[in-house]
Amino acid sequence: MTTVRVPVVENILNANDFVANENRKIFSDHKIFCINIMAAPGAGKTALIVKTIALLKKEMRIGVIEGDTASVTIDSDKVTLAGAPAVQVTTMGECHMDAMMVRKGMEQLPLDSLDLVIIENIGNLICPAEWDLGSHANALIASVAEGDDKPYKYPNIYRNLNVLLVTKTDLIPYVEYDIDRFRTGVELLNPGLITFPTSAKTGEGFEPWLTWLKSKVADAKA
Amino acid sequence: MHELSVTENILAIAIAHAEQNGADQVSAIYLVIGEFSNLLPKCIQYYWNILVQGTICEKSVLHFDHRPAIFHCENCNHEYEIHQEMTGCPNCHSSNVSLVSGNEFWVDSIEIIKNQE
Repeated sequence: MTTVRVPVVENILNANDFVANENRKIFSDHKIFCINIMAAPGAGKTALIVKTIALLKKEMRIGVIEGDTASVTIDSDKVTLAGAPAVQVTTMGECHMDAMMVRKGMEQLPLDSLDLVIIENIGNLICPAEWDLGSHANALIASVAEGDDKPYKYPNIYRNLNVLLVTKTDLIPYVEYDIDRFRTGVELLNPGLITFPTSAKTGEGFEPWLTWLKSKVADAKA
Repeated sequence: MHELSVTENILAIAIAHAEQNGADQVSAIYLVIGEFSNLLPKCIQYYWNILVQGTICEKSVLHFDHRPAIFHCENCNHEYEIHQEMTGCPNCHSSNVSLVSGNEFWVDSIEIIKNQE
C-alpha cells in the first residue's frame, strides 16, 4: 500500500467556468451583448429592467433570463408585459444562478433575433459574485435605501463588476446615505468603476446608462 | 451560503484526479480558501460528510489553508491585512490599492492510497 500526494491546483468552480465560457461564445456568435444584473432583494432590479426595456425596445430586440429561487412568475410577468421575451429559470432554492441554468434559459430564447440579453440574477450580494454565467458584463444595482456600507460588508461582489447602478436616487432626501463613504468603498475594490446614479421612478439618470448599454450592443454587432 | 454547490464541485474534482491517478482511496484533500471567498469551512465539512458516502473519498480528511485578505498600496507599496472594515492604505491613506491575497478558491492537491504498486 502506498500513499501519494497528487497536485491538482484546480479552481473549485472550473466546471462552471467552462460552461460560462461556452455561453459567452454562443452569445458572441449570435452578436448578442449579454449583461448579468445582480443586486440585493428589493434593490430594484426588475424596475430597472422594465424601464430599460420600455426605453430601448424600439431600437433593439431584448430578451430576459429571469432567475428565481421558486417558481413564482411575478418578475417574468412584469418583463413580458414590458414587451420583451422572458424565460424563467428556477434555482430550486439555490442562492445563485450558475452557468448551466443560464444555458437552459438560452435554449428557450430566440437568440437569432435578439440584440441584448439581460440576466436577472437571484437577489443576493454574496453567492452570485462567485459564479461566472457567461455574460459579457456584470452589473450591480445598489439602491440608496440599502445604505452606504455595502461595499465594506460585501466586498467580493464589487470586485468583478463592469458597471454599477446606484438606484432609487429619488429617496436620497429621506434616507441616511453618505455617497462619499459609499464611493470610497467602491474605489478601494474596483478603481474607476463606471457608475450611473438612476431612479426608475422619475427616470432621472437613465440617459447615460442607456447610452452606455447601446454602445455595448453596437460593439457586439461589429 | 452556496457551500453545497461548492462542496459538490470539490468532490467531483477530487474523484476525477483520484481516478486519473489509479487511486483505491482518497485520504486527504488540501483546499486553499481566501478570506474574500465567503466560504465557511465548517459548512463545507458538513456537506462533505454527507456527499462522500459511498465514494472513493469516503474516508478522506479535508484540510483548509486559509489565506487572509491582503491589500497592496500602489502608491507607497505598503502591504496590509484587512481584519475588520476595509480601509485605504494605513501608511499613506491612498485608496489606490489592489487585493493581492484573499480571493483564493481552489483544490491544491489530494492524497491518495494505492493498494498495490
